[in-house]
Amino acid sequence: MASFLEVIDVRKYFPGVKANDGVNLDVRAGEVHAILGENGAGKSTLMKLISGLYQPDGGEIRLEGRRVQFDSPRDAIRAGIGMVHQHFMLIPALSVADNIVLGDEPGGIRYDRREAVRRVRALSEKYRLSVDPEARVARLSVGLQQRVEILKVLYRRARLLILDEPTAVLTPQEAEELFEVVRHLKAQGIPILFISHKLDEVRAIADRVTVMRAGRTVDTLPTADASPQELANLMVGREVVLRVEKPEQRAGDVVLSVENLSVSDADRRPRVRGVSLAVRAGEILGIAGVDGNGQTELVDAIAGLIPVSGGRITFLGEDVTALPPGERTHRGIAYVPQDRQRDGLVLDFTLVENTMLRDVAHPPFSRRGLLQHRAARAHTEKLLEAFDVRPRDPDRKAGDLSGGNQQKVILAREVSREPSLLIAVQPTRGLDVGAIEGIHRQLLRLRQAGKAILLVSLELDEILSLSDRIAVMHHGQVVDIVPGDTATREQIGLLMTGTRSSESEVAQPSNR
Amino acid sequence: MLASVVAILIGAVIAAVLGFNPLAAYGALVTGAFGTSMALSSTLAGAVPLALAGLGVAVAFRAGLFNIGAEGQYWIGVIVAVWLGYHLTGLPGWLHTLVCVVGATLAGGLWGGVIPGLAKAYRGAHEVITTMMMSYIAIYFGQYLIAAGGPMHAPGYNAQSPQIVKDAWLTVLLPPQLTTAVFFAIGAALVVWWGTFHTTVGFRLRAVGANPHAARYAGISVPVYTVLALGLSGMLAGLAGGVQVLALDHRLMWGFNTGYGYTAIVVALMARNHPFGVLLAALFFSALSTGGQNMQMVSQLPSSLTDVLTGLIVFFVAAERIVPLTIAWYRRRRGARAQVASAREGGR
Repeated sequence: MASFLEVIDVRKYFPGVKANDGVNLDVRAGEVHAILGENGAGKSTLMKLISGLYQPDGGEIRLEGRRVQFDSPRDAIRAGIGMVHQHFMLIPALSVADNIVLGDEPGGIRYDRREAVRRVRALSEKYRLSVDPEARVARLSVGLQQRVEILKVLYRRARLLILDEPTAVLTPQEAEELFEVVRHLKAQGIPILFISHKLDEVRAIADRVTVMRAGRTVDTLPTADASPQELANLMVGREVVLRVEKPEQRAGDVVLSVENLSVSDADRRPRVRGVSLAVRAGEILGIAGVDGNGQTELVDAIAGLIPVSGGRITFLGEDVTALPPGERTHRGIAYVPQDRQRDGLVLDFTLVENTMLRDVAHPPFSRRGLLQHRAARAHTEKLLEAFDVRPRDPDRKAGDLSGGNQQKVILAREVSREPSLLIAVQPTRGLDVGAIEGIHRQLLRLRQAGKAILLVSLELDEILSLSDRIAVMHHGQVVDIVPGDTATREQIGLLMTGTRSSESEVAQPSNR
Repeated sequence: MLASVVAILIGAVIAAVLGFNPLAAYGALVTGAFGTSMALSSTLAGAVPLALAGLGVAVAFRAGLFNIGAEGQYWIGVIVAVWLGYHLTGLPGWLHTLVCVVGATLAGGLWGGVIPGLAKAYRGAHEVITTMMMSYIAIYFGQYLIAAGGPMHAPGYNAQSPQIVKDAWLTVLLPPQLTTAVFFAIGAALVVWWGTFHTTVGFRLRAVGANPHAARYAGISVPVYTVLALGLSGMLAGLAGGVQVLALDHRLMWGFNTGYGYTAIVVALMARNHPFGVLLAALFFSALSTGGQNMQMVSQLPSSLTDVLTGLIVFFVAAERIVPLTIAWYRRRRGARAQVASAREGGR
């Protein structure tokens, strides 16, 4: 079969992150091609490059053998690239037909609504994507809205359909219907690029799969030949499997305990529902779960960044539920936030200033309200040395550093405060292999030093290799807490969907 | 700096196109601003309120806030200083001056900072709107006070207030205009510089301005620092008004509308919010305005050219980041065009 879309050695760099660093892809006419990779592997960046939202810093993209360069999504659409985004871009108040033809309406100055409905109906029959063209989008289910999105790109004569994590928002039944649609489109000769991080899904739908890891494409292979184990190894990277040596360690006293904690978001929707857990000194408690199941809200509430709507947080035997975040920091809660550039650092500040960001009111950084520049600088120099931050220049702006070094600066700052509890959210997200290993080693060193560590990660392997116990969250609740040394991928994966297996039920009592 | 150089060059081109000798015009501008002791006195005196209000705007900018209402805070400062200036009698001169200055400062802080600051921090009202609205209220309130029948109207035909007691006036250093007010400007710049870069409060204020998310995560109360930054900003603008009225006009009068509060925004922009840069920028704009009159007299080139220069400077300060972006965009575009064209031909 001939290649329809080729991506050759494409690179895309952002300050501090190599989002795509040598990506090769070859989608043949009439196939369903999956792209598999963990969060942060660079899948979304690649899709944005193909659909013209980003322009590559290197390499080339070929469509039917011709080199193309898209300056905008409009160029890509014109060339026949049809992108269905993970987050829908529909106008709820308009009808299905209106949404589909929007921007390319039939009729001259006067919009010919009847013609629009007719065309949409014809299109939906041709591709067997049944949906009522006259229905209001606001009243459709998520699955049907996705159909409208697909029709929208087909209406613009897409010759390649890209589905970005399409099942993330669907129920299992809706996902099955989507697969039907995909198979039918394939039969009509439309190649489909299917982005996912779910193994089973890829094996169910794709002809071939390309695995991405850390911004690179690792391998492309026919799904028929690939075992789940093989794909998982490729995704995580066999040669970098971080089976870090985890020495024996007995957990000490309870450092943090959370009882029946509930948190609601700004729209008063409950995000955390009655979570109870405890972290002991010298133990790493991993929190696993699909993104958006309340993990971030839980740790933000523990750090005091968002208010709780119910429950109690006890730290070192004292109730800290009502304390402001600065006071909790001072009492010994360190926090490595998920988004290091947004929350963790002030990119325009020097490393010295970033080091004192959290403790500026205390020595050695200030005395009686006055900054101690010399002492702060000396302290920073020591930290840069100890954590091997490069460049080792305290006067550099944080924004000049690579992602891995930025993370080292944050970790150095948090660890140097000798905290009793370290909260780390996705501490290795988007980092290269060497940096990941370094961060993991630091976490284990802290565990040895008797600190309590709460590790939130979307990477199952990170959770599995580091945690002493694993709490799995689903829909704002802790489904179960299982011991880390006996936990398996399958077991955790099942719990992440909210299903409790019978054997793990005896392991730990958890809340409802 | 670069912005003002480019602006001056373009100004020269405009002057030349209009048929004037740009060198002669600029020469007249410089002598008009610095050439005689009288000129120097006016230029320095004019720089004082610009510098003080400019420091105020810069402090807000540092915290990521846009205090556009410095003009109104300036007015409130003038009103309070004048009222205290003629109501209180029997105080020793220095104390009376001090009371007027402190009153003006506090009033400006309340007007510009506390009210818009609280509205922003707890209700999300944007400070550009609130400071501007408060500014209009202050200006029209001032005009009402001195209109015939107004509470501060002095007997007579003119819309003006009574004069501040003479003992409270600031001392003239270099006639006709330069007074001890200049020390307030230099002192304020030093205090702002020291406060911004050497105290924990200044550090936190800068952190809030540079990245409010990180500041919140670091345990800094963003609402408190929003109120604080706007409060300090208003205080400096109020101080500008108080000092100016004690130095020069000594009363509130019709037509007092100076525009110092607006030029202060440009001053802060040009100085990139650095306190000492504000002093220089204030001097620059004051020189433009005093020198502009001399330029008009000597070379017949309309003094509104100085307004053109001001506009160009604002434009280029704002554009400093646009220029490299435009160049990068143009390069990419030129490289890409050929390829897209060829792809389209074959794509259909």
